[in-house]
Amino acid sequence: MSKSETSGWGSRVGLVLAMAGNAVGLGNFLRFPVQAIENGGGAFIIPYLVCFLLMGIPLLFVEWSIGRFGGNKGHHSTPFILDSMDKRALWKYIGVFGIFTNLAVAAYYCYLESWTLSYVWHSIADTFGGKTQGEVAGFFGNYVSLSSAEPIIFWAICLLLNTWILSRGLSGGVEKAAKIGMPLLLLFGAFLAYKAITIHAGADGALFDGTVGLDYLWTPDYSTIWDSKVWLAAAGQIFFTLSIGMGSIQCYASYVKSKDDIALNAMSAGWMNGFVEIVLGSAIIIPIAVGYLGIDGMKELLSEGGGLGLGFKTLPYLFEQWGSMLGVIAGVAWFGLLFFAGVTSSLAMGTPVMGFLKDEFGWKEKNAAWAFGFAVFILGLPTVLFFNNGVFDEYDYWAGTVSLVVFAFVEIILFAWIFGMDKGWKEINLGADIKVPIVFKYIIQYVTPLLLGWVFINSIPDIVGTLNHEGSKAKIEFYQNEEAMREKSKEQKKLLSGKKDYDPSFLSPNVVTDEQLVANKNITIPTYLLIKKERELEKIRTDVAYRNSKIEDEEKTMLYKNISRLFLLALWLGIAYLVYIASKKSKITTT
Amino acid sequence: MSTDGLTMMLVTEITVTLITAYFFFKILFTKKHEEPDSYSGNDDEIVQ
Repeated sequence: MSKSETSGWGSRVGLVLAMAGNAVGLGNFLRFPVQAIENGGGAFIIPYLVCFLLMGIPLLFVEWSIGRFGGNKGHHSTPFILDSMDKRALWKYIGVFGIFTNLAVAAYYCYLESWTLSYVWHSIADTFGGKTQGEVAGFFGNYVSLSSAEPIIFWAICLLLNTWILSRGLSGGVEKAAKIGMPLLLLFGAFLAYKAITIHAGADGALFDGTVGLDYLWTPDYSTIWDSKVWLAAAGQIFFTLSIGMGSIQCYASYVKSKDDIALNAMSAGWMNGFVEIVLGSAIIIPIAVGYLGIDGMKELLSEGGGLGLGFKTLPYLFEQWGSMLGVIAGVAWFGLLFFAGVTSSLAMGTPVMGFLKDEFGWKEKNAAWAFGFAVFILGLPTVLFFNNGVFDEYDYWAGTVSLVVFAFVEIILFAWIFGMDKGWKEINLGADIKVPIVFKYIIQYVTPLLLGWVFINSIPDIVGTLNHEGSKAKIEFYQNEEAMREKSKEQKKLLSGKKDYDPSFLSPNVVTDEQLVANKNITIPTYLLIKKERELEKIRTDVAYRNSKIEDEEKTMLYKNISRLFLLALWLGIAYLVYIASKKSKITTT
Repeated sequence: MSTDGLTMMLVTEITVTLITAYFFFKILFTKKHEEPDSYSGNDDEIVQ
């Protein structure tokens, strides 16, 4: 039974903002626009909104209801929230996912969050002023390669900040952070969207109007609408963006009393996230990138490093084109926005862990917060130290992708089919300030589980491929295939020859050194990255020792990934053991 | 912008903005439930 009844929300607006802040993350600005571009442009919004209505909103209702139900029985973390819905021991251990996911995601997410904090600092310090596109891109590469202690320092600051806010409790910490962070995020987002849309061709070095990027993103390609890949991408985006299947929504909702509304709260927080993603998220990185680099340049950059690469490697340089002062302001707004989006999400990851320690082991708020901070530090160390060996991506894949789908699927089965849909529907409507359309009862019972099952089944080939390290194996095979490398090189050279800022001498390191190449102000970032790729490929092709070292690197990556999988498995088992101890303890107390 | 792109953008963004505003205003202006409720910020009103 709970020993943490003193925690709670200060206001309803605070709860909704915290819940929206939990959902709004870096993906709203870096992932959504890229998904839209790669999956039919404006037409992507149709499967996206359908998945929101058939999967997102139903799961929000379910998670809010489950959370409030468990909270009123004195539990604030999913193992014992699920246990309060069905007494079979299995559910407690299914609920382990709701703590595991938060800890494992926070472990790499806080590192990502610390980059944004560091880039805010570098924007203020005007680090990117006067730098070439290659130098700005190189700054990011050096940063994640830990060429100085700075990334560790910013990561530590970020962890301490999260821990400090969490130690102040829900209303005194998390809610206050959301009340400051969310309005600032909207303000920064509106400023950047305005600047992006009003980019004029010819002004400040822009090649195109900002609206060209908007047009590219929003013009619908209806031929993609029946492609299952597009629907899978839309369903995946809904998952990531709403923070469903994590256990954090249930925890926040567990502090709501049974007679108070959850239905309107869920709708408000869910749509607020949609507003940030659709209205602001679509109007920043793509219009700016297309305005300065053209559609082809933007697409090449996306194929290189996705939205993350665009946001960190390219935007700081492009902001500088707006003039020194405005460049600094835009940099602070962009990375500040990402920071607020990140911190309001990572705080939500801390609360279920703290709730578990407080409820089941009687820990005090402050101690629980410090325990969370320490656990995230230990778990996050491999993602920081071995970022370039794929550990970060491995955490993201297993904890931040697969676990979410598995947990959400099992959770909705519990809610609709074991707890019972009639009881569940009553829970959703208890104290509701809106009338939830009855159709959602049937959607929750039949459509959402089927949709989730379809998402999971379609993900199986990808899961198997990741388990077998297919990416690394394909790279090794490529390095050992002279013919394939020659073909790739031919392809890249053909692409380069069509570029105005390219000179064949750039491919010879003896004529143009790496330092000269990166300092060349006339080379745009897509061309620079392609030249670097071609130089690298040439070296792999001609230098046997270097080729062998690249193969060794890939083998090392596979090893590190296997170790991180074992690490994550040990974490899951460790939490399951704690759940076992806690349930034994509570049995002794009740008898 | 092309007509298709502009139409898709405006219809989607206006719809999403209106729905978001509708629910948020409903949160702001819905009558508070009887005390004790879930929000400590409302507790003072009872004392008054």
